[in-house]
Amino acid sequence: MGFAKYELIDKNDTSYLKCYGIWRVGTIDKIEKKLLKLKNSKNLTIDAKDIKDLDSSGALLLFLLQKNVQDRGKKAEIINLSPKHKRLLEIVKNNFIQNGKDFKTKRSFLEAVGKSVIDVINYLIDFVGFIGELFVYTLSMFKNPKNFRFKETVYFIQSAGISALPIIGMTSFLVGVVIAYQTIVQLNKFGADIFVVDASAISITRELGPMITAIVVAGRSASSFTAEIGAMKLTEEIDAMKTMGFMPFFFLVIPRVTALIISLPILIFFSDMVGIFGSMVATRAQIGLSFEIFINRLYEVLALKHYIIGIAKGPFFAIIIALIGVFHGLRVSQDTESIGKETTQSVVNAIFFVIVCDALFSIIFTELGI
Amino acid sequence: MKSVVKVENLVTKFGSKVIHNGVNLEIERGEIYAILGESGAGKSVLLKEIIMLLKPASGDIYIFGKNIKNLTAKDEQRIKKEWGVLFQFGALFTSLSIANNIAFLLKEYTKLSKKMIDYIIDEKLEMVGLDASVKYLYPHELSGGMIKRAALARTLALDPKLLFLDEPTSGLDPVGARGFDELISNLRDILDLTIVMITHDLDTIHNIVDEMSILADKKVVASGTLDEILKSNHPFVQKFFKNEYVNTRLRNV
Repeated sequence: MGFAKYELIDKNDTSYLKCYGIWRVGTIDKIEKKLLKLKNSKNLTIDAKDIKDLDSSGALLLFLLQKNVQDRGKKAEIINLSPKHKRLLEIVKNNFIQNGKDFKTKRSFLEAVGKSVIDVINYLIDFVGFIGELFVYTLSMFKNPKNFRFKETVYFIQSAGISALPIIGMTSFLVGVVIAYQTIVQLNKFGADIFVVDASAISITRELGPMITAIVVAGRSASSFTAEIGAMKLTEEIDAMKTMGFMPFFFLVIPRVTALIISLPILIFFSDMVGIFGSMVATRAQIGLSFEIFINRLYEVLALKHYIIGIAKGPFFAIIIALIGVFHGLRVSQDTESIGKETTQSVVNAIFFVIVCDALFSIIFTELGI
Repeated sequence: MKSVVKVENLVTKFGSKVIHNGVNLEIERGEIYAILGESGAGKSVLLKEIIMLLKPASGDIYIFGKNIKNLTAKDEQRIKKEWGVLFQFGALFTSLSIANNIAFLLKEYTKLSKKMIDYIIDEKLEMVGLDASVKYLYPHELSGGMIKRAALARTLALDPKLLFLDEPTSGLDPVGARGFDELISNLRDILDLTIVMITHDLDTIHNIVDEMSILADKKVVASGTLDEILKSNHPFVQKFFKNEYVNTRLRNV
């Protein structure tokens, strides 16, 4: 495959540029930079006689050469061009835009800061609007209960709740083991081994069970809610639904929120049980405390309130996770990239706000002396 | 090497469903060739097999005289640089701006300077009739017709010798569609292109298509120029070309 070549011959007041070889987009890269920088103060004659093959990029290069010289007020002509190539050059010339407008693509620092502040504010406004809308639709649903989608809700209890049991069980068991194991090492120094029951049971039912469950569910369901709804938005399914007079809120939002509100407390209960069982196993392995003694001690120290506080957090976490998941799904715009972006954000925000909410509960309950 | 694309005894099956049963066609250099047929006749499947996205059950496909069954990786790469494919919905990369969509091939396959690439981008956009200001927009900010034009600009970036167009004028307004036809036939004349298209557009067929094949009943039931096709008695040809509407149209133009 031949390359584009040229030869520059200086005559009295005219430079003579002899071009030969193949002038195609893939073959002109070797000479193109040099030619565009050519600072010729004389008139230029471009001889295209020996150009074997020319495509539109090659023709564009010839045209730019001619134009550069003409811009300097000198004469430039292209000679010996075959009729076909002449037509090509003509087309290229017609399609060339004089000094293509320059578009600013980079933002200044201040502009970037301002834009992200506005983005955050808009995000919050959108979110408040979303919650308001949800509130209105939920109220209207109470007036007209047949709008409640029972089948969808059950489906989401299955996919977001029941399917999460194995992973929640595994994580809770391991956390229970680790908590008991580490506590025993410390308590052993005081000879207060039996207090491992108090420590692990209370921390699991009150804090760890709800937290583990919420974080696992946020990872599993917030992401899938966002991706499902986002994909529907991308394919205009949601718009189609609206034109048919169906409210996306009844079909997409309320079933998901309800399903999580129902499943999360149950999942937390399951997590509590498995976590405490993990502690029992670790305690027996470590200090030989039998299951009976562990359970007897559990009856003495684990007040009902700890357990109830843990379970009661469930619906709050559920609302946070479901709302953030769905909200980010509805924010997906028309490009595929935004699905990935919104999904990441929904998981991160869901986990973050679950932890914030938990911290608030922790402070409130402690202040109230519960 | 007269024929640019040649399909011989092509058989396609999806499971037990037979799509093509012995399809033959030959596309010569410099031609604008159309593949016609009812929906579900396997036009898009045939196109996908020619552009190596699907493998046929049996039969041979030759591109630039080479059988695509036994291509070396290097030859395959070279063929792919010499053809361009325009997908029905553009298939622009959504994460890249229009300028970068067009520059993508130039940046990957050539060592041209940034300045030259910029000139080429402007040139191609102008060629397909888009304003240079769309350069920095992203595909989702464009309308369907503009996406199609931008996608054509991307397809033309490397000045391919063989162009595959999947329903190039669908989704364009009539005026835009005729402009597109003119553009395609101009490109063919100037750049020595061979163009293979799937189309339903009667005006396109009448104005610029040199030869065509009609796919029906799992094979090519008629092929040749429009006049030759019109002699066929196949039910699809009858239905497609010889109805009242078309008769008036073809008489008038």
